[in-house]
Amino acid sequence: MSANTHSHRLLPPAAILRQAVLLVTGALILVPFVWMVSLSIKPPGEIFRTSFSFWPAQFYGVENYTRALTQAPLPRYMGNGLIVCAMILALQIFVCAPCAYALAKLRFPGRDLLFGMVLIGLLLPHQVLSLPLFILAYQLGILNTYAALIFPYVVSPFGIFLFRQFFKTIPDDVVHAARLDGLSEIAIVWKIMVPMALPAVIAFSIFSVVGHWNDLFWPLIAVRDQSLMPPPLGIMAFKNEEAGNDYGPLMAASTLVVVPLVIAFLAAQRWFVEGLTGGAVK
Amino acid sequence: MASVLIDGIDKNYGPTSVLRGVSLSIADGEFLTLLGPSGCGKSTLLRILAGLEVQDAGSISIGERAVDGRRPKRRDVAMVFQSYALYPHMTVASNMALPLRMSRLSAFQRLPLLGHLLPGTARTAAEIEVEVTRTAKSLGIGHLMARKPGQLSGGQRQRVAVGRAMVRHPAVFLMDEPLSNLDAKLRVQMRAEIKELHQRLGVTFVYVTHDQAEAMTLSDRVAVMLDGELLQVDPPQDIYADPDDRRVAEFIGSPKINMLEGVVRERGLIDLAGSTLTIEADALPGAPLTLGIRPEAFYLVDYGGPGALTGSVRMIEHMGSDLFVHLDLAGLDHPLIARLLAERAPHIVPGQTLHVGVRPDRVLLFAGDGRRLRRKVESGRASVTPIREIAR
Repeated sequence: MSANTHSHRLLPPAAILRQAVLLVTGALILVPFVWMVSLSIKPPGEIFRTSFSFWPAQFYGVENYTRALTQAPLPRYMGNGLIVCAMILALQIFVCAPCAYALAKLRFPGRDLLFGMVLIGLLLPHQVLSLPLFILAYQLGILNTYAALIFPYVVSPFGIFLFRQFFKTIPDDVVHAARLDGLSEIAIVWKIMVPMALPAVIAFSIFSVVGHWNDLFWPLIAVRDQSLMPPPLGIMAFKNEEAGNDYGPLMAASTLVVVPLVIAFLAAQRWFVEGLTGGAVK
Repeated sequence: MASVLIDGIDKNYGPTSVLRGVSLSIADGEFLTLLGPSGCGKSTLLRILAGLEVQDAGSISIGERAVDGRRPKRRDVAMVFQSYALYPHMTVASNMALPLRMSRLSAFQRLPLLGHLLPGTARTAAEIEVEVTRTAKSLGIGHLMARKPGQLSGGQRQRVAVGRAMVRHPAVFLMDEPLSNLDAKLRVQMRAEIKELHQRLGVTFVYVTHDQAEAMTLSDRVAVMLDGELLQVDPPQDIYADPDDRRVAEFIGSPKINMLEGVVRERGLIDLAGSTLTIEADALPGAPLTLGIRPEAFYLVDYGGPGALTGSVRMIEHMGSDLFVHLDLAGLDHPLIARLLAERAPHIVPGQTLHVGVRPDRVLLFAGDGRRLRRKVESGRASVTPIREIAR
């Protein structure tokens, strides 16, 4: 990335314009976030004041965060989010890697057709399927359980597509060598392909975890029991039942929900960028 | 140790036929090279031998057992790939140990943590480590065991790939252009090491290359392949001096063999390029022939006449002990290349007219379809030509 910007060094006016555009875009994205953090440390009186200041006149953070953590079962929501996201991710990789391997490295009739179907799956928004999935979950009797939150996401067309593209870049000779060394096809997937595709796995993991940690739509349909709610749904319930117009604790809860994602992203950033660009040019 | 029998192998990719009726018998402990230009099907044949591809017809036997339909790991072969195909996420030690772990440890014993608790795992793992270390030391890579392939040079990766093949003690070694990613100097060095390895291990080697120097220096026999067909299988010296087919003659040798069109005038005389050579040909007068003459079959003569070819020097390449002289001959669209001893031909300059004689016993005759026409050389006839040899 950095090599790229160096090789395309722009003239000062162009560089200034580009920086300006980037700064404005960045600011637009950051403003609500900053506002959320700012509100989370303000007392109720200051939140609806007409004049805006980032820093509160009276620091009310301790009270807001304490209420967020004690009045609603926030740790429980976050625990639910962790369980659901971890299960989804583990099952997704468990299903996607062998599928992607078959599509990338094995020759069998109908392979291209199957891959075409994966691409169609990629085009469908998840909301389109929510009603059939709801009925399916009802028939299976798993509504209002963790399983209901997990099962629609186990097969990820995006994961299959991403892994398949990455596996394609791994030379056939490596697969051949593994076969000669006595590895079965399944062993090749887990011992050779997945470790070699680690950047893609990490990039996919971030997409998956962020997407499902923040998901509100499907949990809203699938669970009613508060003890099963993932964080965003929990916060919504918290807002309705407990907080009313008390935005300070609500924003504190929201901040706490986002923090693990920010930490995870910063930790995995290097692989994330590598994983998204690496497969394309190699 | 095992012999290899390849019998009537056909292979098609869709409508393209890659191999056509390839049959070949390789003796136990032999070093056989499959030589041919890229795209001739030699790598495909090797992959079929390894079980990585399936042939459309024919059968493969290794050690007198048919192995068709057997998975690669059941064939007792090991392969070294052009790209080395090392596992980049594993250390050198793990790369080399993997084939042994797969064959000696059960699936449960290979489990990451649990496996260590099972009886026998620790002992077998220790044995494997000893063997891997011994093999690595014999290849001079004992100090690299903890590194990953990305931290190694090309030559070191090559050795790891060879080591990974060696630890299994396979009956047959398959090598697919193992040296073509190395620089010229290292290639010569590794070539010698592979030769030595073959002598030390004494097992059957099947070696694929497009580099004739590798084929000539390494092999007991060379199998020349072109367009999916096996043209000739013979020891290197026979492939060079006594080719069966025009295509073999043209593929082997650098600079390339000179191919001249000629016509039989009468018994023992062939007209070509404005001259007449005294060569016995098994063909009727008037029949067109192609004469294949290696550059070193020419010698310098001091005047033209019957039995000599005359042309003007286009270019001279100095090769140290030898000169490659490019001669433009009347009626030829490409220059003739003659290899002359440098010390015997010191004064040649471009543009000069030069006469060269031809050793009749070194002329190869080919029919119109490229088939070699064998003949009996009458040494007496050659010596009566009125030409005094002043250089070879």
